[in-house]
Amino acid sequence: METFLYILLMFVIKIAIVLAIAFTAAASAVFAERKVAAYIQCRIGPNRVGPKGLLQPFADVLKLIMKEDIVPYEANKVFHKIGPMITLTVAFAIYAVIPFGDFFYLNGEKVYLGIATSPNINIGVLFILAMTGLNIYGVTLSGWSSNNKYSLLGGVRSSAQMVSYEIVMGLALVGVILITGSFGLTDIVNHQDNWKWNLFLNPIGFLLYLTASFAETNRTPFDFPECEQELVNGFNTEYSGMKFGIFYLAEYINVFTVSLIMSLLYLGGWTLPFPSEWIGLEAGSFWLSLIQLVVLLVKTSLLVFFFFWVRWTIPRFKYNQLMDLGWKVFLPLGLLNIILTAIGVYCFK
Amino acid sequence: MKIDKVTKREKLNFLEKLYIPEIAKGLTLSLKYMFAPKFTRQYPEERWEPLGSYRGRPVLVEENGKERCVACGLCSRVCPAVAIEVQAAETADEKERYPILFEINMLRCIYCGYCEEVCPEEAIIMSQDYELTFSSRETAIYDKSKLLVPKEKLTNQLRFLIEYRNI
Repeated sequence: METFLYILLMFVIKIAIVLAIAFTAAASAVFAERKVAAYIQCRIGPNRVGPKGLLQPFADVLKLIMKEDIVPYEANKVFHKIGPMITLTVAFAIYAVIPFGDFFYLNGEKVYLGIATSPNINIGVLFILAMTGLNIYGVTLSGWSSNNKYSLLGGVRSSAQMVSYEIVMGLALVGVILITGSFGLTDIVNHQDNWKWNLFLNPIGFLLYLTASFAETNRTPFDFPECEQELVNGFNTEYSGMKFGIFYLAEYINVFTVSLIMSLLYLGGWTLPFPSEWIGLEAGSFWLSLIQLVVLLVKTSLLVFFFFWVRWTIPRFKYNQLMDLGWKVFLPLGLLNIILTAIGVYCFK
Repeated sequence: MKIDKVTKREKLNFLEKLYIPEIAKGLTLSLKYMFAPKFTRQYPEERWEPLGSYRGRPVLVEENGKERCVACGLCSRVCPAVAIEVQAAETADEKERYPILFEINMLRCIYCGYCEEVCPEEAIIMSQDYELTFSSRETAIYDKSKLLVPKEKLTNQLRFLIEYRNI
């Protein structure tokens, strides 16, 4: 009984910490996005609420909560409600398998930095792929249930886009899995120790995954579900108040998640840029895990910045260009990447 | 004028088709702009000083405690939005007439500056005041108490009018 309670407590604490990280990341990402946008456009950006405008996201959320929640008359009420729920749930579900660091000993017991009891579950990568795939349901359902042609078009477009880029994502990941020989995220990260980053071993795969993740999170240059000029605001046109806020939140959480996954898979994750003996900490110590967490978050925030940077630089593709790129360029490139990686692994192992 | 030959490139070359070098170019450009000087004016603290030619809200020039206006009614006639109402009365002063009532409906005013142009006395001019707020329709009708502004505060516009009017 006591061990059960201990495990339960551990779970609750871990979930609370991970949720806190995700929410804080999303809030600061909203603020950072506005700041980056402003600076690239030679403006200053939000700087009124709180010191240096840091409380802006809270003001935004407060505004959204107090707004009226409007459901269109002819909308499918049930699915209209479920849409945002799916989006947010899926966005959070991925965190079940993401490890934030290796492990440390607490009273002689191993504590893993991640929600799963053993973050190295051997389907980690597959779970991530499955969950990002489920994202389509939130977008498409909310687009369809709004009873608005623009929303519907946004939803349909995004489902086509996400399905085609899902394939690219999967193919890109095969390279990493071939190199590591495991589906476990901890294995993949530990394999990249000592600057053997998958970014250097598998650059084509990184490029493919990066582009596919732009498409998966519906960010510019692939923000077709939104597409203000053509579709008003795409699938979330008919959402107001906090329901819209949830889509907004989920978008930024997704950006953070995708960056996190990318830094785990390709940028060496939490591996330190120098051997850990240099700072006199051995594997399993609490402070080492803390440093690992910081290293991971720094890499992630750099990638998140890259997302914003690209958004305010590159214009949106045309829809046919998107499909051309996905099926005619990325699919063959992904297959080529697998073959090349396989040959490389065969020769050097 | 010699027209340069219009070159229309239809095909992208291989490097451009790869997108990556072009995207990198774009990214460096936007990174450069991130560190460029910013244009934002922090409005309530940092105010913009309009030039003399600026057409802000129309005001009546006050000279020696009295309005310059002789209530000829030209501004009221020329106003395309019919925003000005003038009622004349007699006075013992040299100018013999003065407006006993002078009202501008600021909801109607379109800041065209025709009143300023047509005024023979330079009595109604467009000021530099661009911050206009009212809480009701009634308060949006400005009467003489709000319209009269001492001449000393309007030197900028008056100098502009003297220099550039009727040329």
